[in-house]
Amino acid sequence: MSTPAIEILGLTKDYPVGFWRKRMRRSLDDLSLTVEDGEIFGFLGPNGAGKTTTLKLLTGLIFPTCGTARIRGRSIDDIDMHRQIGYLPEQPYFYDYLTARELLDYYARFSPSSAIERRGRIAHLLERVGLASAADVQLRKYSKGMLQRVGIAQAILDDPQVLLLDEPMSGLDPVGRREVRDIIVELRKQGRTIFFSTHILSDAEMLCDRVAILAGGKLQGVGAPGEIMSLEVHAMDILFELPAGQDVPPALSENVTKIGARCRVEVPESELYAALDQLRRSQARLLSISPIRPTLEDYFLRLVQDEKPRPNQAEVTVR
Amino acid sequence: MSRAPVPVAVNTFREAIRDRVLYNLIFFALLMIGAAILVGQISIGIDRLVIVNLGLSAISLIGLVMAIFIGVGLVSKEMERRTLYSLLARPIRRWEFLLGKYGGLLLTLVVNTGFMTLGLAAALFYVSGPFVRTDALILVAVYFILLALAVVTALALFFSCFSSPMLSTLFTLGIYLTGCFAGDIREFGDLTQSQGMKLMSRVVYYLVPNFHNFNVIAAAAHGESIPLSLVGENTLYAALYVALLLVAASAVFSSRNLK
Ligand SMILES: Nc1ncnc2c1ncn2[C@@H]1O[C@H](COP(=O)(O)OP(=O)(O)O)[C@@H](O)[C@H]1O
Ligand SMILES: [Mg+2]
Repeated sequence: MSTPAIEILGLTKDYPVGFWRKRMRRSLDDLSLTVEDGEIFGFLGPNGAGKTTTLKLLTGLIFPTCGTARIRGRSIDDIDMHRQIGYLPEQPYFYDYLTARELLDYYARFSPSSAIERRGRIAHLLERVGLASAADVQLRKYSKGMLQRVGIAQAILDDPQVLLLDEPMSGLDPVGRREVRDIIVELRKQGRTIFFSTHILSDAEMLCDRVAILAGGKLQGVGAPGEIMSLEVHAMDILFELPAGQDVPPALSENVTKIGARCRVEVPESELYAALDQLRRSQARLLSISPIRPTLEDYFLRLVQDEKPRPNQAEVTVR
Repeated sequence: MSRAPVPVAVNTFREAIRDRVLYNLIFFALLMIGAAILVGQISIGIDRLVIVNLGLSAISLIGLVMAIFIGVGLVSKEMERRTLYSLLARPIRRWEFLLGKYGGLLLTLVVNTGFMTLGLAAALFYVSGPFVRTDALILVAVYFILLALAVVTALALFFSCFSSPMLSTLFTLGIYLTGCFAGDIREFGDLTQSQGMKLMSRVVYYLVPNFHNFNVIAAAAHGESIPLSLVGENTLYAALYVALLLVAASAVFSSRNLK
């Protein structure tokens, strides 16, 4: 078994709050997590969940209250750890008096390489993130989306084994998002590990081998995206029309919403055929039946709504 | 030790060069020297004295303004704007970053002071012809100005590690001014009756860097000799003070959580 790409061992972070009397507030609570080599791992959670805090702890920008982590076997307070990682900060901002090319050249100087090698690599990289034509423009003139691309370029600059990306798709238009997804998939093909945070679920659903869900600083679950989604009892959505003069069957009437002549009703999957029988008796014309797949979005909403431990949490947790 | 501070220093220098504020300062310097020449033409006979005095004072003042204004932002600005994130995630230690920042500003100050000194030399040549042996004293005075700036920069960098640019400016300027009058403060303490005041003035005297010893502008203007021992003493004093401040700054910054 190879060493895991990332081992997070009980990471906890308290921040002082209040100006005079400092109290501590826990932003990350005893997080333990293992990301295997070569995985695309999604770190999901609503805003304020502690995703950025986790990534900053992993990159050594802040220090844990307790717990530790290892990246490819190296402790996070080992300077050598930094040679293993590429980091994209959330809403990255760079020296605005530099051009993208100059910035990358500056960052490239922290790992051994010759000037010629650097030049070639940077030109290639700028091409790859779609900034070749703006490479010699000062960053103060860059849009948010362009800065995000510079951020991705600097993260993969030294071809690190482990990529820590904080909301890599944010600030990008749909085309940009797809390009970033392509880069992530390509990096995985090259054997890299990608750990990225997001609060946008479709991105995670599309890309990730596994996801972890964080809310209120606590790990809520780890698993394949499908695993987490299949936990929910699926409901069915029925769209139908009634012939003139027919009333909605009384058994359904409570849940029906009318949209002009059309009616829509949501029933639990187990009651689908019973509902259909009722509709047949009312001579309803069926327009569509579709399963309502709960998305991770719903999952989040529930997590945020009830902070209490939920009964099916145990099923999600694979700790 | 790795080479990591070098690119940081180069980048800090580049930032200063690209910042327009610098050019304003240089413009100011030229203006001062121009004024000196003008004054020199009016009061015939003492033009050399006036030009050296005014020129060196301008060099010192401009250097001070630059050291403080750029210095207090060295770390805090990068923290505030979060440009530090993508840098410190790379294989560079925090103290290496600080050393690079410090070196970059020092380089900026040396280059700018060099240019201003050339301006002064040109002005001097214009009004009083070929250089004489005592003009070398001007170089000693400039060297001392740079030593003082090195200490001021280290002070500004130190404060920049944990307080806002505004507060850092106040602290640095406060210590600089106190340091210029360190001798007077001690004398004042010796004269008072109060034991508390005596102790206080002693503590202040030994704690703040003594900038008075770095000021030989008057001596250089009058062509008086400057003892060689003072060059050695000042160099050692500045080096020790800077080293102490950099170590303290590293200690503070190394355990700091980036906001
Ligand atoms: N520097 C800080 N000081 C105090 N509280 C902080 C700081 N940074 C983050 N927090 C708090 O920690 C919690 C988690 O924040 P964060 O990690 O940024 O969440 P996410 O990235 O998941 O949106 C939030 O409640 C936030 O207010
Ligand atoms: Mg975040």
